[in-house]
Amino acid sequence: MKTKSKTQRRMFGRVVVTALAIVGIAQAAPTGTAAQAPEERGLAVAQAADANDVGWGDNRSNMRMVLRNRAGQESTRALRRMALETHGDGLGDRSIIVFESPRDIEGTALLSHTRILDPDDQWLYLPALRRVKRISSGNKSGPFVGSEFAYEDLVSQEVEKYAYRWLRTEPCGDLECDVVERLPEYENSGYARQVVWWDTAEHRAQRVDFYDRKDVLLKTLTAHGFKVYGEGFWRPDRMVMENHQNGKTTELVFEGWEFGSGLAEDDFTPSRLRRAR
Amino acid sequence: MRIAGLLLAIVLVLGPGSGSAQTVEVRGELGASLRAFPEEALFPGQTDARLSPSFVLTPEILVESEGGYWLLEGQGFARLDAHDGNRSHVDVREFGLTYLGDRFTGFVGFGQAFWGVTEVRHLVDIVNQVDGVEDLDGEDRLGQPMASLTLEGAWGAMDLYLLPYFRERTFPQADARLGGPLPMAESAIYTSGQGRWSPDIAGRFFKTVGSLDFGLSAFNGTSREPRLTPSVSVAGAPVLQAEYDVIDQVGLDAQWTGERTLLKLEVMTRGGHGERLYAVSGGIENTLYQVLGSDGDLGLLAEVMYDSRGSGAPATIFENDVFVGGRWALNDVSDTSVLGGPLIDLDTGEALILVEAERRVGSDWKLSFDARLFGNTDPESFIHTIRRDGFVSLSVSRFF
Repeated sequence: MKTKSKTQRRMFGRVVVTALAIVGIAQAAPTGTAAQAPEERGLAVAQAADANDVGWGDNRSNMRMVLRNRAGQESTRALRRMALETHGDGLGDRSIIVFESPRDIEGTALLSHTRILDPDDQWLYLPALRRVKRISSGNKSGPFVGSEFAYEDLVSQEVEKYAYRWLRTEPCGDLECDVVERLPEYENSGYARQVVWWDTAEHRAQRVDFYDRKDVLLKTLTAHGFKVYGEGFWRPDRMVMENHQNGKTTELVFEGWEFGSGLAEDDFTPSRLRRAR
Repeated sequence: MRIAGLLLAIVLVLGPGSGSAQTVEVRGELGASLRAFPEEALFPGQTDARLSPSFVLTPEILVESEGGYWLLEGQGFARLDAHDGNRSHVDVREFGLTYLGDRFTGFVGFGQAFWGVTEVRHLVDIVNQVDGVEDLDGEDRLGQPMASLTLEGAWGAMDLYLLPYFRERTFPQADARLGGPLPMAESAIYTSGQGRWSPDIAGRFFKTVGSLDFGLSAFNGTSREPRLTPSVSVAGAPVLQAEYDVIDQVGLDAQWTGERTLLKLEVMTRGGHGERLYAVSGGIENTLYQVLGSDGDLGLLAEVMYDSRGSGAPATIFENDVFVGGRWALNDVSDTSVLGGPLIDLDTGEALILVEAERRVGSDWKLSFDARLFGNTDPESFIHTIRRDGFVSLSVSRFF
């Protein structure tokens, strides 16, 4: 097996009712400044969403991935994930994903030390060989374990990864959303651009449209059932990625979110990967 | 086995006694395999069956204490082979207690440790004995009785091993396929006066520096590779005598990881088989992502290996060889993958073709195909004696 991926973390923002965040949002002032250029306003929306998810520390969750093809055939994977918020020069977060099913890849574990613009460091533990392998992380746009999620869809969505342009504000379900276009600044992306719907209430990414390298609509990601965890971190219960070109969908169902579970840097090392719990 | 039983008893007593909640998982794999030998056997005494079925069971147990500080991990192995009595065997691949501390990890029991980075030759890997009846690739390994300690910090990680008991390499039965011309002698000969109970020590330092991962390892004890010498049994029949020397070995394994390129290197020097030997195995793996517009990745591999050993040391097939191959991962729902290519001896032109392919079927089944074929064999090499035993095999497994 040669899978590699990164956990999704900051994809969906949270609201922080702290002075810091309020100041951050106020400074960003995404609403109602007609004089602001679309690029500035788009960046401000992204920064507001990011500021809402600062300080989560570490978390664990269980994830079920349901793959469906055009004929409706289903295939399911169960994964256990752990993540650690990391700050530093160009550094992103750290994460471990352990497969629980299908059974033939049970125990396979992927460790990622992500970076904002540079390639991530990744190690894969293969239980059959009891071998930890460092793997290349250049394959950003390839499918993750046969799903409609690419690796780049699952990594932490740091602000600096994209260039932004605010498009409009429009209703999204019961909420209002800022609709912002973003262009990947990192290398090897499979996308020409993405369009994100962030709700104005809590700055959560409700929907993302992905356009392929030829700028044709490829996929749509929608998030459902947002709940607040820990000290005000929003996470969805369910995410659905629909591929418009091949008719396949992948659904991610999250369970058992646990924030502040006591994970530390030394839980995210290659030599601990074999016994990642 | 007695040690395994003792460990199980400790866990069963300690667990409920301390009143802690535990997680217990039992799982495993049950498989059937069919090897097909396209050519007739070489030696008159060898079985002439062209098809050789076998069945394999690998049960696993995992007991985890509350809080996750203590783990009991076990994996058994049993194969029943229609034609090879030696290949019908059981083993404790792993069975031991792990303590996951904040400062260190400790383990005692039957364990497994893998060192190294190259695909074809596992040059620096030495902790576990090879289960030679299983395959020719050296990737099936017998459980090694050990006590080990892992220390880790910003400076890197250090694994230390005490290996109190030696396990002999397994060989196919002489009258089975891949058995070679002579049966093995009843018992092995050891250079160490303590025989199998001569304790070995080993250690490996591991560190990541940017794109470079490297390990420095050392071993002192009984060689996992035996010298095989023609001899005569007590009954007067010709046999191959396995002799295990006491050796010291120092190794380096390193990998540089780029966005689509891996550079791998293993270097080893060993004393104890007469003249000190030096060996190297290194290579490159370059991956073409989403090849030809598909979701699949194609990795192109090339590895070279060289070994200075002379006739006084255990024979190796990796004296001066090159492997060229490919790894194709389809990235589909079934995780289909194929790895293969020829290993060619640059001195003699002897070729070994290795193919491994697998895919999942449904959620609990797996289908694997393997090929080990020999061509242009060198009359002086060990492969020459099994040149007609090249095979293809098809296996199906059910995971539970």
